[in-house]
Amino acid sequence: MLYAILCYHDEDLVGSWSKEHDADVMQKLTVVQDKLAKQGRLGPVARLLPTTSATTLRKEDPPLVLDGPFAETKEQLLGFYVIEAKNLDEVLDFARELGEANPGGTYEIRPVGYFTAGSVKP
Amino acid sequence: MTDTAWIDAALTSARPQAVGALLRYFRNLDTAEEAFQNACLRALKNWPQNGPPRDPAAWLIMVGRNVAIDDIRRSKKQEPLPEDDQAISDLGDAEDEIAERLDGSHYRDDILRLLFICCHKDLPATQQIALALRIVSGLTVKQIARAFLVSEAAMEQRITRAKARVAGAQVPFETPGAVERSERLASVAAMIYLIFNEGYSASGDTAEIRSPLCEEAIRLARLLLRLFQSEAEIMGLTALLLLQHARAAARFDAEGEVILLDDQDRSLWNQKLIAEGLALIDKAMRHRRSGPYQIQAAIAALHARAEKPEDTDWTQIDLLYGALELMQPSPVVTLNRAVAVSKVRGAEAALDMIDPLAPRLSNYFHYFGVRGAFLMQLGRNDEAHVAFDRAIALANTTAEASHIRMHIDRLIRDSKPGQAKAK
Repeated sequence: MLYAILCYHDEDLVGSWSKEHDADVMQKLTVVQDKLAKQGRLGPVARLLPTTSATTLRKEDPPLVLDGPFAETKEQLLGFYVIEAKNLDEVLDFARELGEANPGGTYEIRPVGYFTAGSVKP
Repeated sequence: MTDTAWIDAALTSARPQAVGALLRYFRNLDTAEEAFQNACLRALKNWPQNGPPRDPAAWLIMVGRNVAIDDIRRSKKQEPLPEDDQAISDLGDAEDEIAERLDGSHYRDDILRLLFICCHKDLPATQQIALALRIVSGLTVKQIARAFLVSEAAMEQRITRAKARVAGAQVPFETPGAVERSERLASVAAMIYLIFNEGYSASGDTAEIRSPLCEEAIRLARLLLRLFQSEAEIMGLTALLLLQHARAAARFDAEGEVILLDDQDRSLWNQKLIAEGLALIDKAMRHRRSGPYQIQAAIAALHARAEKPEDTDWTQIDLLYGALELMQPSPVVTLNRAVAVSKVRGAEAALDMIDPLAPRLSNYFHYFGVRGAFLMQLGRNDEAHVAFDRAIALANTTAEASHIRMHIDRLIRDSKPGQAKAK
């Protein structure tokens, strides 16, 4: 079954990483992802741009457009993975490995109810 | 990752908030900075063992405050402290309480005040920038000196002087009203733009060394925008910096020569920065509160959106410069507009537009570079040569001069076969 791993971290902190550190983390994460990709279990992976570039649409009548992210929190949604796993333990194993490559912050693991791979190319 | 990389990042990201809060508390920049330094030393000792605190900024503020208060007591000066002095004994509870207070109203104004102090109007631009990079960004004097291409001693002196000036100035500590806050915001935005330009105006051989200035300016702009999420001009400023910096890798060739926008390899443009910049300018436009940063960002966005130079929407750029001229009349803006006009209506019209600027731009390198280019397009090669010669005499960098020399070479090359024919 499919699981989403939602990545939360303090974006101020992530934004203070040196370029070298950022590249180092991304490289380590790629190694972890590649293992899963080889087994055909890695779905879409996204890293989001800063929340300052976010816009929120509240579905009121009429819809209300607001600047910034939906939730004002200490840690922000910075990216997500979709992966195939047999059970929660497998997802947790993967998430732990990701966490070793990129310590700090939080992963929220959620089973996926509906999924379409879509057609956009990176 | 090295073991302390996360600590460095945490200290850097907590710095504006922590120093800002300590400044509000002690009302003295040196004390606030020293308190923060001491807190950082303790963090370096404490965090590797105990892990990062839940709220690093709150931790640093509290520890910095306690250490400074102890120092003050020990030195027996017994300076009276502001009234909200509390004996903080239990670290855990106090951290919670401070974290809660930080989420409130102080947070934004603390950081804004810290930035605002650096752009005190008595300080020359270079001192403002140096002070902000030292105090807000926490760059070392050595790093700043390197970016400014001056000696460490000279930079140390510049910062010390700036600090002394700021210390003597009246810094308002009460919570600012709406008008005052927006004035502060405008000064701070201008200072951030100065930091960026200091890095952006580098020549090819120094661009690499100076690009941290651009990156730091972007970091500060994002910080400011996070505090003031609906300020269209701060969105515009951030977008402008992102869109300009996106072209960094394409701006100079291997020899450090300037590559003009039309000739740049657009595949070298940083698409991530462009995406963020475009998203921000789109957001800003929705507010329908235009301003100079937004307009400049919109112009940069039109360049960024053009996959090939010939796709550039020059008509729209001409209109945007027209709007900028009304908002911020300046011969330099008109000069930029003339470039767009030359693409839309031809070099003749563009030349008519810049002729009246001559008295005010008689010492401006770009004026003669642009003028020469227009004249060259019209085949008035002798006049073009004169303009280019003047440009070389006024060039600020060797890269600028050699770029113009390239034009002159072309003039000479082009005119030779013509002369042969005439004979």
